[in-house]
Amino acid sequence: MRNALCDTLISLYKQNRFLFMTGDLGFMALEPLRAIMGGDFVNAGVAEQNMVSAAAGVAHTGLQTWVYSIAPFAYARPFEQIRNDVCLHDLDVKIVGNGGGYAYGYMGATHHAIEDYGVMAALQNMICHIPAFAGDVLPIARRMQQTPGPAYLRLGRHEMPVEAVLPDYAPWRELLSGESGNIVVVGPVVGQVYQAVQSVMAKKGGSFGLWVLTELPVPEIPQGLRESIVQHPEKPLIIVEEHVAHGGVGMAICHLLAKLGASPRNFRHLHAAGYLKGSGYGTQQFHRKQSGIDAESVELLLGGLV
Amino acid sequence: MNHDTFLTTLRRTKLRLLKMHKQANAGHIGGNLSALDAVLLLHVETMGPSDYFVLSKGHSAGALYASLWATGKLSEEQLLTYTRDGSFLAAHPSGGWHPGIPFSTGSLGHGISLASGVALGWKLLRKPGHVYCLMSDGELQEGSCWEAFTFAKQHGLDNLTVLVDHNGLQGFGRVEEVAAPMLPLSQKFVAFGWEVTTVDGHSYADLHAALVTPAGEGGRTRAIILKTVKGHGVSFMEDKMEWHYLPMNDEQYEQAVREVGGAS
Repeated sequence: MRNALCDTLISLYKQNRFLFMTGDLGFMALEPLRAIMGGDFVNAGVAEQNMVSAAAGVAHTGLQTWVYSIAPFAYARPFEQIRNDVCLHDLDVKIVGNGGGYAYGYMGATHHAIEDYGVMAALQNMICHIPAFAGDVLPIARRMQQTPGPAYLRLGRHEMPVEAVLPDYAPWRELLSGESGNIVVVGPVVGQVYQAVQSVMAKKGGSFGLWVLTELPVPEIPQGLRESIVQHPEKPLIIVEEHVAHGGVGMAICHLLAKLGASPRNFRHLHAAGYLKGSGYGTQQFHRKQSGIDAESVELLLGGLV
Repeated sequence: MNHDTFLTTLRRTKLRLLKMHKQANAGHIGGNLSALDAVLLLHVETMGPSDYFVLSKGHSAGALYASLWATGKLSEEQLLTYTRDGSFLAAHPSGGWHPGIPFSTGSLGHGISLASGVALGWKLLRKPGHVYCLMSDGELQEGSCWEAFTFAKQHGLDNLTVLVDHNGLQGFGRVEEVAAPMLPLSQKFVAFGWEVTTVDGHSYADLHAALVTPAGEGGRTRAIILKTVKGHGVSFMEDKMEWHYLPMNDEQYEQAVREVGGAS
């Protein structure tokens, strides 16, 4: 998605000027953007706190500003700067974190972002975007550019099989319809869930409604999904996200359902487990497996529900 | 504005500042009194309509409010709301509602980066104006300040002037007791490529001379270190750490007013 972002920002910059600041990252990815933007592309150095506050200052002058780093360095290191300087003032600063969830794998836990959108969504005026597919980057970035105010963009990898038919971007999308239960997935890990659903259907039959969500705070639950949950509380409802449970979409959806008076009786929340003591560190897939959000683990769960 | 006129305005503003803090039973008066001379001079003499003042040491909000009041940019009615429920005049600035209070500050080490961003934005947009940012000496212990000084110099933000209220006292000790390697401050700025002037922060002549000097150009970034006294002008407050925190009782307030030159 990083290359998709570069192409997207080049396209957007040609239409509307903005400032882009990087925390000294973007090698073999952002060079074309730098070439196009000239003085509007600033390497702010390894200094994320200053980068975010300075971005707020620039935005205050009327120039939209995007800041970019590896996800934890973009949202966790400068958290107070995002809270005080960007969000309290409702300034037009777009924070881009590359490598959401466990995407940086064996680079280590310091490079993972498994509590990012929960933390960001807790901030006043902040909107979080978690593109699920590479094709989401352009419409989401365009929407961010056209919507003044703070936003956080969590980038990952496009993981869907090439044969999958992907509907046009929307914050909520239904990828598959089905009767055996509903699954809501956040971000690129939907590729794992999609594989699991296809495998279960091929081996055991059944069918699942598969929804992908890409925005927080969670927009209103679509009518079809809402009715399915409310009218069939016995149906499994499964939330899958590469994010810790606290502050995640699973909790947010429970909150929305509670307000609707809905009470699904078979609710499963599959989420990032963090780091299990004594288990070591590894690839993104290693950590997904530990968390039960890889294709195999999800398939095992779904197979038991059909 | 000449020396006598400024001193008259300063006395009137200082009395209003004391009254404001007394009515609110608010603390932080010591750091407000160390900063007031410079903040007021910036507002009554130095800054033009295109210029900005960013109060990075947000705990001196009273000095900013009183200076805006002295220049007619805050009304007496607004000042009376200081720290009250529903007021926009909190003990640390809440920004965005008044052009003279652009940012919410109070957590130290933020204002200088915000100010740098404004300065960069104006350069990119080819807008006129100069940004003045007041910091405290203790604040310089926040690492983000040095990120900002590097950034400002790297990007040639000669439309930015940093002022440091160097009263030598911080939250729980003297600067030399808490962070001696920070001293002398001027050398640190020089090491980062900044031009530094050190002046008496309570001398109109010194402040005027430092601030009337044309702003930097050619990528020169400028810092003015203000040698100040915490609680300046009130004998029992001067150079006393407790006046970072304490509100005045009736007797102390009356004495402070007398010493500043008002009628108690």
